[in-house]
Formats: sequence, C-alpha cells, structure tokens
Amino acid sequence: MKQIFALLSGLIFGIGLIVSGMANPAKVLNFLDVFGTWDPSLAFVMGGAIAVTAPGFALLFRNRQTPLFGNTFRVPTRNDLEPKLLTGAAIFGIGWGLGGFCPGPALTALPVAATGTLIFVPFMLAGMWAARHTPDISPNANKGAA
Amino acid sequence: METEFTPWLSLGGGMMIGASAVLLMATNGRIAGISGLTAKIFTRSSDGEARGVSALFVLGLLLAAPLWLLVSGDWPQQWVPSSPVLMAVAGLLVGFGASYGNGCTSGHGVCGISRGSARSIVATVTFMATAFVTVFVMRHLIGA
Repeated sequence: MKQIFALLSGLIFGIGLIVSGMANPAKVLNFLDVFGTWDPSLAFVMGGAIAVTAPGFALLFRNRQTPLFGNTFRVPTRNDLEPKLLTGAAIFGIGWGLGGFCPGPALTALPVAATGTLIFVPFMLAGMWAARHTPDISPNANKGAA
Repeated sequence: METEFTPWLSLGGGMMIGASAVLLMATNGRIAGISGLTAKIFTRSSDGEARGVSALFVLGLLLAAPLWLLVSGDWPQQWVPSSPVLMAVAGLLVGFGASYGNGCTSGHGVCGISRGSARSIVATVTFMATAFVTVFVMRHLIGA
C-alpha cells in the first residue's frame, strides 16, 4: 500500500510542477531575473505549496504518532547551521541559476527529452555521487547527517 | 525569452505539490525532497524499503509528463537552455550542492520551511540569493 502511495505522491508532485509552469526552465530563470523579463510565478508556486504543506504537516504531527503505513515520521531533527549546509545551498543556487532546473523539474521534464535536459540529468546524478564522496571539512563534522 | 505570469496556475500547481508532500508524509512518513529521494535510490547502504519507496516516487515524477501528453495531446510547454557545456556544469552544481547541503527546492524550500526548520529557511535564502546573483551576472553582466 505504501508503495502505491509513494508512486501516487510522485505523480501528483510532477503534475503540480507541470501545471505551475516549473517544469519549464524559462519560467524559473525569469523569476530569478528581477531586472529583466521578470515572471513572479515561482513565488506563487512556493506560496501555494507551503500554504498546503505547513497546516498539513501540523495537523498530521498533532493527530498521529506514526504514518498510516510505517513506524515513524522520518523528519530531520538537526537545527545547527554548519558550513556544509551553507556551502551546499550556495553551490546549488548557482547551478539552479545557470540551467533553470532543480532536481524535481529536471526529472519531470526528462521524458520530454530536450537536449539540455538529457545533458543536465546525468551530470546532476554525477554531482550527487560526488557530494556523497566529498568529506565534510567543517569543524563540527562527524555529528551525522540530518 | 519572456514567459507569461501565471498566478492562478502556479498557485494551483503549488498546492498540488503541497498535497503530494502531505500525502507522502501521511502514508510513508518521509519528506518529499527530490534530491534526497533520488540520491537514496543509488545509495547501496540505505535499506531496501527506503530505496523502493524513493524509486517509486521518482517513477511517479517521470510518469507525469507522459500522462500529461496522453490527456492533453501535447508535451508540457518548455524552453530549455541548449548549451551542452552550460547544462553539464549546471547539472553538476545542482546535484552536488543539493546533496552536500542536504536538500533542494522541495526538501528545504517547501517541506523544511513548512516545518519551520531554521536550517531549511537559511538554506533557501542562501540558494535563492546565489541563484538571483547568477542570473544577474549571466544575463546583465555577461549578456549570455
């Protein structure tokens, strides 16, 4: 049962990305181009998503100790701000601004098979692999990942 | 290239993304963070069940556009930068940064902010800032 809902969640997520226009890198890049051809749509996507997720999570965690098909809610518990988090986020943002793709939209757009997407996705996977094999250089390393 | 401002479609699509995140948490107890789920598929050390659930979520993502084609008769409209070098570098940075920083737009930007996580709020502000600067440099200083 949980597998069916995982598949369904992914499908709804992908359709949401397409409906919102976020599977189109042009819209993302235009959101980031405030001094050019600005398109504020992405702010509405984030707003809509958080407007559902925040109360949804709150209700869920208040009313249930466990998910419907599982033993625990796997939610990160860390609250420290370490260099690794900031370095990763900063690098991620540069790549996002270059290509207009983040992981969800890139995977959703993959079957459309635009040349740029077919190049982006394998390199993205390579980047993920490289990150897992890069040691944490920050002083507070070895506390475990979130 | 200009794109049309689509407040209602974007709000509606965003709400679907939120519904997906709540559904995955309610049924599987997992954060709908695409970079984390994708990485988990390829991590041998993660347990079989986590890998299976992650793979199925990503399969759902991959099926969205074909389903869209089936229902509407057209692929979703898009324009993708075509420079192979640019897209290769962008892919590397996105993959590396998202994994190294424990999350991307979905894990930090949607799920993390919704939980009120300080880490996710700081991460989101950080990647938004570098993305804005990158586009400014590329479009207005270099003129690419």
